[in-house]
Amino acid sequence: MTLETPSIRTILPEGRRGETAPEARAGAGATTSAGAAAPAAHAPGAVEPRLVTRDFNLWYGTHQALKQVSLEVPDHSVTAIIGPSGCGKSTLLRSFNRMNDLIPGVRVRGSVRVSGLEVYAPSTDVVELRRRIGMVFQRPNPFPKSIFDNVAFGLRLLGLGNRTELEARVEDSLRHAALWDEVRDRLGKSALALSGGQQQRLCIARALAVEPEVLLMDEPASALDPTATARIEELVLDLKERYTIVMVTHNMQQAARVSDRTAFMLVGELIELGETRQLFTRPRQKLTEDYITGRFG
Amino acid sequence: MSPAQPSAPQRLQPRGPSWNRRAWNAGVLSACWLAAATVVLPLALIVWHLLAKGLPAMNLAFFLHMPKPVGEPGGGMANAIVGTLILVALGAAIAVPIGVGAGVWLSEYGRGRFASMVRYTADVLAGVPSIVVGVVAYGLVVVPMGRFSALAGGVALGILMLPTIVRSTEEVVRLVPRSYREAALALGAPRWRTIQQVVIPAASAGIVTATVLALARAAGETAPLLFTALGNRFWSLQLDQPMASLPVFIFDYARAPYEDWNRQAWTGALVLIMLVTLLSAVLRITLRRLPGRS
Ligand SMILES: Nc1ncnc2c1ncn2[C@@H]1O[C@H](COP(=O)(O)OP(=O)(O)O)[C@@H](O)[C@H]1O
Ligand SMILES: [Mg+2]
Repeated sequence: MTLETPSIRTILPEGRRGETAPEARAGAGATTSAGAAAPAAHAPGAVEPRLVTRDFNLWYGTHQALKQVSLEVPDHSVTAIIGPSGCGKSTLLRSFNRMNDLIPGVRVRGSVRVSGLEVYAPSTDVVELRRRIGMVFQRPNPFPKSIFDNVAFGLRLLGLGNRTELEARVEDSLRHAALWDEVRDRLGKSALALSGGQQQRLCIARALAVEPEVLLMDEPASALDPTATARIEELVLDLKERYTIVMVTHNMQQAARVSDRTAFMLVGELIELGETRQLFTRPRQKLTEDYITGRFG
Repeated sequence: MSPAQPSAPQRLQPRGPSWNRRAWNAGVLSACWLAAATVVLPLALIVWHLLAKGLPAMNLAFFLHMPKPVGEPGGGMANAIVGTLILVALGAAIAVPIGVGAGVWLSEYGRGRFASMVRYTADVLAGVPSIVVGVVAYGLVVVPMGRFSALAGGVALGILMLPTIVRSTEEVVRLVPRSYREAALALGAPRWRTIQQVVIPAASAGIVTATVLALARAAGETAPLLFTALGNRFWSLQLDQPMASLPVFIFDYARAPYEDWNRQAWTGALVLIMLVTLLSAVLRITLRRLPGRS
């Protein structure tokens, strides 16, 4: 009984009648987008960055939430996405693993590639795609199951049934998420009994268990107190060694502390993407400068 | 306020609400309390009455022995107690899978004409008198089989339970937070596995509660059993034969002109209530023991 969602299939990329004509696009790399955020074209043979979007647009019904977004995320780095509330940060993040497919009336145009895979191609298996991309949400959302079962969830999806192996991988993931010492003697207890910060690290462990290629985090610390926030930030710095991380934050200090590169968005557009230090000290765009100096937002 | 002293802020007097308001408050509050007490009253009366009338004839034999012929004292309703359990289990075996399945489908996928029709049908079915459901089961099972049977009784009870289970399941599944579904889908769970492994377990407490309500109601039904399971004075566990049940026994014994039987009817009613209470307690406790719930 494979009840794959029909809605996922119905909003594959399509040209929008009456809008700017969709360019025919043949493969990646061949792009001619302009603007400060334009990514460098890749020489043939060069390794493509882990995550690439080109002229990506997204509409909620008639409301365009993303406009011509082009960006690149290199491997083993932390990219922060900053910008005022409602500028499309979450929407962009959720476009990478097609979580927006769940919302009726969403349409997209343009290209997103993860590990060379065309995310919005009709042939792309969304379930498979989401297994390769981990996601951590703004509010910790552990399942109402035991701590162990939360972390094992993704592994069991992959068909891992061997108890010893499961236990080893669960422990591994909890260690990577810096949670093991706090929960090692109560793995069978409900995850809902943990504190907010612990729950969020559990969600990170749950995402890490299936060894995703990319980890997406949508304001992962915004619902947490300062101590728990600091732990999450430390964790992000650790995880960078093994994963490619894209993190949305409304907190510029946080972006400055943990990210290698920062993207600044404003009303659906990517205004500037650069090295974090450069973006905060010598922004290229006037809008970026206005935002980081607190002139609006 | 007079315009002569525009800016003088009026001090709020530290006195309580006026006498008038307090009187109203007390009046309305006691009316509400009375209403609440009236809700409890019938149940309290029933239980008190049942205990008073049913306890004297309640003994171990009532649970373990078969009914005695008229005139012989003693005997019990062992076959009716077991019969009721079997009939309710049969009904649940039919109604729980179909009802939970339909409820989950309505909640997760139920848009459009067909879904509205299913909802409407369930609502109408909930309002159909139970004796009519008995007639339907009679037509569906008894007539083709050529005899009264436990199976027919189970079908009748199953149809009775169905609407409650469908609509309550739909409601509680809808209450499962979106964030659980998102978490599962983001981990690469296909939708059906998300439903099966996250949504339904998260809604299980509500589903069990709905099922208990439906079972409890069905367990006490007499009318639909009168021309389906019929009743049986003898021990029988065969599903294709008439089967004894507590409500039908109570019905027969209460109408009988024998004082002995009347007394046993009271005891039967007490046992029926105990059975239903026990059933719901057991289900709730088992549910609380499920892993992951704290
Ligand atoms: N499910 C939705 N349906 C319609 N509009 C939406 C939906 N989600 C977000 N939007 C709109 O898209 C824009 C971007 O939202 P979002 O990506 O959540 O912003 P951010 O995360 O930067 O605060 C906002 O204008 C918001 O109102
Ligand atoms: Mg957001």
